[in-house]
Amino acid sequence: MKQLDLRRRLLKLYFDAKCGHIACSLSCLDLLIALFGQKKEDERVILSKGHAAGALYVMLNHIGEISDNMLTTFYQNATKLSAHPSANSFTNIPFALGSLGHGFPIASGMAKAKKINRDSDFVYVLMSDGETNEGTTWEAAHFAVANRLDNLIVIIDRNRLQGFGGTDSVLGDTAAVEKWQAIGFDVQEVDGHDLKALEKSIQRCKQENLGSPHVIIANTIKGKGVDYMENKMEWHYLPMNEEQYENAILSLEKVYYA
Amino acid sequence: MRKEFAAKIGQLFESDDKLVFLTGDLGYNALEEIQAKYSDRFINAGVAEQNMVGLASGLAYEGHPSFVYSIAPFAVYRTLEQIRLDVCIHNHAVCIVGNGGGYGYGIMGATHHANEDLACLSPLPNMICWVPAFSEDVEYCLDQIVTRKGPAYLRLGLGVSYPQLIKIGLINQVVKSTKKPRLTIITQGPVVKNAIKALAGIEDVDLFSMLTLPIFDLTPALKNSIESTQNVLVIEEHTERGGLAEHLLMRLTREKLRLNQFEAFNAKGYPSKTYGSQDFHWKESGLDVESIQNYLVNN
Repeated sequence: MKQLDLRRRLLKLYFDAKCGHIACSLSCLDLLIALFGQKKEDERVILSKGHAAGALYVMLNHIGEISDNMLTTFYQNATKLSAHPSANSFTNIPFALGSLGHGFPIASGMAKAKKINRDSDFVYVLMSDGETNEGTTWEAAHFAVANRLDNLIVIIDRNRLQGFGGTDSVLGDTAAVEKWQAIGFDVQEVDGHDLKALEKSIQRCKQENLGSPHVIIANTIKGKGVDYMENKMEWHYLPMNEEQYENAILSLEKVYYA
Repeated sequence: MRKEFAAKIGQLFESDDKLVFLTGDLGYNALEEIQAKYSDRFINAGVAEQNMVGLASGLAYEGHPSFVYSIAPFAVYRTLEQIRLDVCIHNHAVCIVGNGGGYGYGIMGATHHANEDLACLSPLPNMICWVPAFSEDVEYCLDQIVTRKGPAYLRLGLGVSYPQLIKIGLINQVVKSTKKPRLTIITQGPVVKNAIKALAGIEDVDLFSMLTLPIFDLTPALKNSIESTQNVLVIEEHTERGGLAEHLLMRLTREKLRLNQFEAFNAKGYPSKTYGSQDFHWKESGLDVESIQNYLVNN
């Protein structure tokens, strides 16, 4: 099963590299699975929360764009797989991202270009909820509505934890449904770990091209699948030791075989 | 230069239906015609410059070379990270157009001045900064920008017309060439007009205008002049750090061009903490005609 297989690969990737950004990758992995399952080959997913690069890399490994061999170079010197996605190496990594708040404007430009070109393809952008603190989110959101970019699908990984606190304790929920509705987005709120629900919501966006850009606010669990990481801010940063890695795999198997 | 800029953009849009123009809610009394004629490719992105540069990158990625227009400081400082990451690293065909570089917006005040823009942008990967000095330069710069299809910055100002320019179209233009020069003056941007005035009647000083940063190859005319004078004065409407003088010193040293004397007149900020027209700030910084004349008497 994809959710388990890719999580195993993800954990191995981070364990071998002895690095952090595990929990934030686990929280958006199912979103990437759904997006890559739904997108056409020529369509692009912009991973604006670039710190979840590991999730993107295992996804691209799964579709054959990154080889097993290349995947082992993650975090090593002379790799193309830096901790945040780098430029000019892969078709499905069209932009270097990792400084938050860049992907949404870029994706809006791509969607606008498709409107100019009368191209019916969609553009997808995956953001974190903490990232929606960035002012460019609101610049791009208003632009997308004013320019009727109904070919733009924003997915927000709302795990309610950001860099140094819960979203409620920092700036409040900048990914709140009513904020996006007020601006004029077509808003759906879904369980971000329910692949069927995610796929349905993406399909719905594609069917309802009535002039409004789309946002799917996906409620997720940071660290999803590894019991001791779930909803723990520290697993944004920590690497796993061997015992933790073994426990993480056991935890995954419990969740996804159950 | 806004008039020449708008006219040339109109021509380019006529011949290339991929070009897109984005403005940060500016362009009154200059861009209306383009807006009306090419409504599908003219985007008012609102007062949201960071988003505008991101948009341009997305458009360029999809095959639409884009112009991003605002007042120079808003186009450059507000958006620096977007320019570096979204445009330059990917070598996208995005041209940042900054109107009123230097003290161009005069009495509008410090918020509207850009005297560190070239220091910010010229080190970025793949970026070429174009600084037209005369209104005739604008067309040449835009042709180069469109042909090169990479990151560019176009710093517009109030440039005089100078049809007698000896070799228009060269990246370090010969503005004035003399038989036995004792001094080589190198300027950048519209401030060149002060040097032209200061040199009236003086027949032993060469004058060049440098169109880009980083500096492309030094032309033989410029090299010959420096070799002969070994005495260089740079006049730039930009801070000392990161501007033409610093770029040039590095270049001359690398090329082993010997110098006996090197001086640079730069933008000095707001030394009297008062504000005025562009001419006022030029005087405050010693970039005015009189300051150049005084230097010529003693050097």
